[in-house]
Amino acid sequence: MTAIGWLQIILYCVIIVALTKPLGWYMTRVFNGERTFLSPVLRPIEAGIYWFSGVDERREQHWLTYTVSMLLFHVGGFLIIYGVMRLQAILPFNPAGQGAVAEDLSFNTAISFITNTNWQNYGGESTISYLVQMVGLTHQNFLSAATGIALAVALIRGFSRASMRTVGNFWVDVTRTTLYVLLPISVVYTLFLVSQGMPQTLGDYVEATTLEGAKQTIAVGPVASQVAIKMLGTNGGGFFNANAAHPFENPTALSNFVQMLSIFALGAALTNVFGRMVGNQRQGWAILAVMGVLFVAGVAVTYWAEASGTSTLHALGLTGGNMEGKEVRFGIVASSLFAVITTAASCGAVNAMHDSFTALGGMIPLINMQLGEIIVGGVGAGLYGMLLFVVLAIFVAGLMVGRTPEYVGKKIEAREVKMAMLAILVLPLMYLGWTAVGVVYPPAVASMTNAGPHGFTEVLYAFTSATGNNGSAFAGLTGNTFFYNLTLASAMFVGRFFMIIPAMAIAGSLAAKKSIPPSAGTLPTTGGLFVGLVVGVILIIGGLTYFPALALGPIVEHLAMNAGQMF
Amino acid sequence: MLREIRPAIVLLLVLTAVTGLAYPLAMTGIAGAIFPAKAQGSLIEKDGKVVGSALIGQEFKDDKYFHGRPSATSAPDPNDSTKTVSAPYNAANSGGSNLGPTSKALADRLKEDVDKLKAENPNAAVPVDLVTTSASGLDPDISPEAAQFQVPRVAKARNMPEDTLKQLVVSATQGRLLGLLGEPRVNVLALNLALDRAAAK
Repeated sequence: MTAIGWLQIILYCVIIVALTKPLGWYMTRVFNGERTFLSPVLRPIEAGIYWFSGVDERREQHWLTYTVSMLLFHVGGFLIIYGVMRLQAILPFNPAGQGAVAEDLSFNTAISFITNTNWQNYGGESTISYLVQMVGLTHQNFLSAATGIALAVALIRGFSRASMRTVGNFWVDVTRTTLYVLLPISVVYTLFLVSQGMPQTLGDYVEATTLEGAKQTIAVGPVASQVAIKMLGTNGGGFFNANAAHPFENPTALSNFVQMLSIFALGAALTNVFGRMVGNQRQGWAILAVMGVLFVAGVAVTYWAEASGTSTLHALGLTGGNMEGKEVRFGIVASSLFAVITTAASCGAVNAMHDSFTALGGMIPLINMQLGEIIVGGVGAGLYGMLLFVVLAIFVAGLMVGRTPEYVGKKIEAREVKMAMLAILVLPLMYLGWTAVGVVYPPAVASMTNAGPHGFTEVLYAFTSATGNNGSAFAGLTGNTFFYNLTLASAMFVGRFFMIIPAMAIAGSLAAKKSIPPSAGTLPTTGGLFVGLVVGVILIIGGLTYFPALALGPIVEHLAMNAGQMF
Repeated sequence: MLREIRPAIVLLLVLTAVTGLAYPLAMTGIAGAIFPAKAQGSLIEKDGKVVGSALIGQEFKDDKYFHGRPSATSAPDPNDSTKTVSAPYNAANSGGSNLGPTSKALADRLKEDVDKLKAENPNAAVPVDLVTTSASGLDPDISPEAAQFQVPRVAKARNMPEDTLKQLVVSATQGRLLGLLGEPRVNVLALNLALDRAAAK
């Protein structure tokens, strides 16, 4: 570890905190339907869209209607992606002449993108056409992100409203998020990325003759426009197979730094939106502090582990850390930092191959996802995931003192706690259950690249990533098989929607409650005690649930490596 | 609930048209106008022919060129489409080795490459980036140490003075942005093009 490495990490954290308040201010205005500086341009378009699609923007929805609208929207999104993938051979914008994508891979990819997972069983430049990249993937990058944000805002309204039956209008929330937040930032961001060297073209793949006279086919495409929303919306599905490690998908140290910022920016700002909407910004800062503690701890461990290298490298006298599967322009620190950020958020883009990380360096991304990606998290999904843990922590605190727990003026009662537990428990059921199948079912076992405990970690990582809607991978695992296409799709589906529905039920039930003023017996939820309590609850639940599985994978691998055992 | 069906279909189609077609196509037009060379992939031409992209690594095996990092990319086997064969720097199918820290295959590969490099230049420590594969398999860069390490071999093959080559490496080295972000590096293709120009003089 070096001083300059830590300076990069500190600079990153400072900029994220500095962005939180102004972005939170702007986004709160958007969600409240107030005027913004973009309204003169966008308001007529917005009104036109509502008129054309038959949306009455003043009509609010009950939480159930809101949830059903969201589900219907996703059914349509699924059909569009599946359709263009199956038909890409006869559709335009296919200069590389890609053939129709197989049924199981199309199914997996469609589920992957509507759930904001963006797991890549498809091989970017080698499998899909420009049309699929744009109409199938770019559009869903926007809409699945907008959906996540809309749901988080609906849950925030549950906390901030009193004695109301409605939580907002899904169509309005999605449209406003897309038009006022995601699109304008993406337009500016795309141009920045192209200025760094990212291609944005519909032209053919380039045939080059190298200096030594060999032929090299260079895949290009409309990369920048997709990467902008891929990072901003914490989607993470790569244009290319190697994702943000590909020089065209992340050309410079600056493009890398800005990509890392854009993964956290909106998620961090949503904590401020929460604070503003419940009437006390310090409530938002307390939540961001919980995320910050867990984040910095993760970065420290991964950076230390990767900088230390492996026993194989030491035995050969190689110093400078574990550079297998990393790019020179990013080096150890920017690769480690990126890995922790992308898994803390539910992004899943990678700028280094996590499969080649050291055992402990690769364990942190795994733990980040297993905790439910609540450390800033996916846009929207991170905040509602974190609020579920807050509900639980408040409940535990209430049990300790024997009082009905309350949070931002709302009593937390049996219904909320049951729903929070349901959402939190459904995740391990998926990761641990499917991993158990994956390590014994012979066709699944054949997909592993690495032997020994590392192979087990590949499988555990895949199902954790899918259930957590992350999408990063220990990419040695061959995911494009019938078994993995279907099981991973089921994990992604359950991980997304069985978290959303209980969260929305909580939103509905909280919105209907009366607001009660804080009394002498109310636990203050803006201070260090509360931050410590939530961090503790997260680590205890996460630790109890996942420690046995981690012991079989990365922990035993670390011990084996130190003992000189190879597989 | 039935009245939610119309927005589910119409709004989805409208937003798909906006975000999936209008946005990427408009950005393609604007980016192509402002940054024409970069939008096309930063291609480098020599004598009217494309020799590669400034951002994409290419394979160098000849002793008279500086070499890039090992690449783990593959291509479909021409004889059996269900299998793949090694194809370093395949810019149409990026990817890494994905070998883990306790992989015997990785340990063997590293040992073989380290031994080869030690034989080539016994006077310097082997730089780690010169024996490890990159994440994309297309890494265009090596560390300045990895470039300096190869100077004796290239000098011998080209019959050029080592000091000239060391100077070429120094002038091809890009530092950290603002002295802070990223890592110092040398673009291998740019260095080799400069080398060809220097040798021609």
